[in-house]
Amino acid sequence: MKIGAPKETHEGEARVAMTPASAKDLAKLGHAPLIEAGAGLKAGFTDEAYREAGAEVLPGAEEVFAAADVVVKVRPPVEAEVDRLREGQTLISMIYPAQNGELMERAREKGATIVAMDMVPRISRAQKMDALSSMANIAGYRAVIEAGSNFGRFFTGQVTAAGKVPPAKVLVVGAGVAGLAAIGTATSLGAITYAFDVRPEVAEQIESMGAEFVYLDFEEASQDGAATGGYAAPSSPEFREAQLKKFRELAPDMDIVITTALIPGRDAPVLWTKDMVEAMKPGSVIVDLAAERGGNCELTVADQKITTENGVTIVGYTDFPSRMAAQSSTLYATNIRHMLTDLTPGKDGALNHNMEDDVIRGATVVREREITYPPPPPKVPAIAARPKEKVKEPTPEEKRAKELATFKQQTKTQITVLAVGALVMLIIGAFAPASFMAHFIVFALACFVGFQVIWNVSHALHTPLMAVTNAISGIVILGALLQIGSGNWIVVILAFVSVLIASINIVGGFLVTRRMLAMFQKS
Amino acid sequence: MSIGFVSACYLIAAILFILSLGGLSGQESAKRAIWYGIAGMAVAVFATIFAPGVYNVLLILVAIAAGAYAGYVVAGRVQMTEMPQLVAALHSFVGLAAVFIGLSADIMLTRVENLQLSGADLDVLILGRDITAFGAALWLKDAAELNIFRVEVALGIFIGAVTFTGSVVAFGKLAGRVDGKPSKLPGGHMLNLAAAVLCLVLLIMFVAGAGIWTMLLMALLAGFIGWHLIMGIGGADMPVVVSMLNSYSGWAAAAIGFTLGNDLLIVTGALVGSSGAILSYIMCKAMNRKFVSVILGGFGGTSGPAQAVEGEMVATDADAVASLLEDADSVIIIPGYGMAVAQAQQPVAELTRRLRAKGKKVRFAIHPVAGRLPGHMNVLLAEAKVPYDIVMEMDEINDDFPSTDVAIVIGSNDIVNPAAQDDPNSPIAGMPVLEVWKAKDVIVSKRGQGTGYSGIENPLFYKDNTRMLYGDAKKSVEELLTKIS
Repeated sequence: MKIGAPKETHEGEARVAMTPASAKDLAKLGHAPLIEAGAGLKAGFTDEAYREAGAEVLPGAEEVFAAADVVVKVRPPVEAEVDRLREGQTLISMIYPAQNGELMERAREKGATIVAMDMVPRISRAQKMDALSSMANIAGYRAVIEAGSNFGRFFTGQVTAAGKVPPAKVLVVGAGVAGLAAIGTATSLGAITYAFDVRPEVAEQIESMGAEFVYLDFEEASQDGAATGGYAAPSSPEFREAQLKKFRELAPDMDIVITTALIPGRDAPVLWTKDMVEAMKPGSVIVDLAAERGGNCELTVADQKITTENGVTIVGYTDFPSRMAAQSSTLYATNIRHMLTDLTPGKDGALNHNMEDDVIRGATVVREREITYPPPPPKVPAIAARPKEKVKEPTPEEKRAKELATFKQQTKTQITVLAVGALVMLIIGAFAPASFMAHFIVFALACFVGFQVIWNVSHALHTPLMAVTNAISGIVILGALLQIGSGNWIVVILAFVSVLIASINIVGGFLVTRRMLAMFQKS
Repeated sequence: MSIGFVSACYLIAAILFILSLGGLSGQESAKRAIWYGIAGMAVAVFATIFAPGVYNVLLILVAIAAGAYAGYVVAGRVQMTEMPQLVAALHSFVGLAAVFIGLSADIMLTRVENLQLSGADLDVLILGRDITAFGAALWLKDAAELNIFRVEVALGIFIGAVTFTGSVVAFGKLAGRVDGKPSKLPGGHMLNLAAAVLCLVLLIMFVAGAGIWTMLLMALLAGFIGWHLIMGIGGADMPVVVSMLNSYSGWAAAAIGFTLGNDLLIVTGALVGSSGAILSYIMCKAMNRKFVSVILGGFGGTSGPAQAVEGEMVATDADAVASLLEDADSVIIIPGYGMAVAQAQQPVAELTRRLRAKGKKVRFAIHPVAGRLPGHMNVLLAEAKVPYDIVMEMDEINDDFPSTDVAIVIGSNDIVNPAAQDDPNSPIAGMPVLEVWKAKDVIVSKRGQGTGYSGIENPLFYKDNTRMLYGDAKKSVEELLTKIS
């Protein structure tokens, strides 16, 4: 199959859906990669690099659409692009089917298949092709970088010869993929990071990234994020009130606010109101990652950076991933490549559009002149967020009681063993002749010494231990030596054989132990 | 040489043996301790040969020379992966020798009794070198002592025979000459029980003076028990079996020591016996199983259906693993029996060297029952020149997995099975396992998709952070080496 990537037509879009590396990987699947001339230029990939990777470079988008069996793109196609599709051709790209019904209708009429990268279900197996997550990750990172470039101070606190610099305080609202990436970036730059999310179960993730989770004093039957496919659900008005109150408290202290709150299929909720912006210190920065959907901040202007009267900068860019085109193209192209890997199970260059597969079914929005959006719910439940059973920490008293009980138990067992042992000894002693008892004492003491000594043997040396005990158990040779002088020829033969095999044991055991021990070398 | 001097030599030898075992507490001290063992053995053997009442020295020297040569050849040639077989084979020798010595002791007793009946005089016999020191000792035993003597003979033969056939079967299983799967005759352990009861009857008859045929029959029956018992135990339980046989070979030597009235044999037998017993105990603990249930074979009953495993196994290739390793800072390798089977320890060691040369932290995690012999993995890695200070025990390293970037599982299965902790119904529930799934990424090198020895599904393979590298462990690692310089 020929896989073609045209140049993105959207104004300012620098990403590209195929990189030289992914072209190479596609070739491994048996596909022939095509690319429009100059498509990767803005992301830093020259036509030459593509040619070297084995991709064919075509002069225009027209040719790519005509030659390719599968067209891969980043942005949803514009009308002109959809019109170029033909019967049986497949388009893989971001689609946003909820907003782009008309587009899908056109594609349906054309008879093309459309796979929406943004509809890949959020299940573990599909993470490798989850383009939304990889783009969100970049957006989160870039948001902090943008904030930093508009923020006039250090992120990290420093004590310099010229005075003390306090660390910046960063609040991240919404701990999805973008939020977590922002938290990670901000903390690694040295800022004190706070994070908020309506889903209390993400507190653990937030804390693992090094931020402090902002808790709300609010009792509500919280919804399990797993039920909504891993996204946040709209909250009740009371909850919203409590949330805004908390933000109002935090606003004067925060230097940088990064908002990432989105609810699927709705406008972004307004969480950072005008009065909060006014309460912030001059020089503070707000980066609104939800600007495309109206913004989490009341004052956000999409695609623009504005400065309010009190000197707060609000960044409302909607093209964060595109601003890091090299990185985002690489990740997106890899996502696409994974999608094609799943579509080419035989690795033979033949597409197998298996609609029984949850991931492929979920992502396919148009197929065989039918709109297949929305997909049925996936069979595998999203993100296993099983409620954790809390193990109760034992109190110090309980611990002590337990220790005491174990100690008592141990004492009891020990005394029982000793008593039984002593009794057995006494019984044996009462009946056995003195010559036997002399040997028996030796035996019992040797067992005791053996147990004490062997416990200290290091686990790593258990094989040498077995080999050396093999060697010294060759001590049975003594028995045979004592007998070999007998006048009975059967005894002599038996003793001779015994001496022979016991010698094998002794020599073989010691030599092999030595060989092994010599191998143990310290680095 | 006087008897007193010989006893002193035995005391020295016993102390040297104890020091030799005690020295195994550390790798460096072990290298010195082995010489204590060799010196002890030399002292003991020389003192015995030149003790009063020991004759046929020429025959002794021939036997020792032949045996020593055979031992030298075997020890020089054996592959480290074949250590389990060798250890089992050496156990069988001790068992066989114990049977022979026991039988000889009884034959000698009969001869001494005949001499007594013929009215010979002990002092004359000793002077005429017609009776060995051991024979003289028998001459002097009273009736009660003779009864005890017969019990000791019977015990020596019984334990020796069980050790002999059991070790032969273990050797066959470990060497792959006998099918490793557990198999039992119809009747199972009832047969063993019947044979044991019969042995007890024979013992009583023997003490009552029934003659040597009882002992020959007992040797056969005990041999059957040893054979049948070990045939019923599967391959992965071999660490316990070999430790147990190690212990038995010690007890057999101790029993022979009682028979011959030789304290050094008793002491050494007791040392070896307790060493094997402790090893068996450690192995059982590491599998969270009762010793009896291991010996009687098969896994204990499960209390309910096993948890269903969700997800799928995701395959990966050498390229992906190589790039994962390039990015990793800390790596833990978990080797298992599969590594020994595939002879992959050399490439694994080479991989370790290259990764360490890049400044990455590479360590090995060894589960006590990894492999077919206690400590087997340590020896294999040592052979491949992996420094022992990066080879860790389970308890030392288990807490480090969460801070590890990549865990590489090579040829192990049950010892990294999270079901042991998560699923109370699993047959291995409660067994201590290496918590590899807590590492950021887990690579599992495995031949195919099948389950391990125990037939238990391993949920580790289905985890999100696990990638399966299918294929022969050696080939996989060698391919990996071509990608990492």
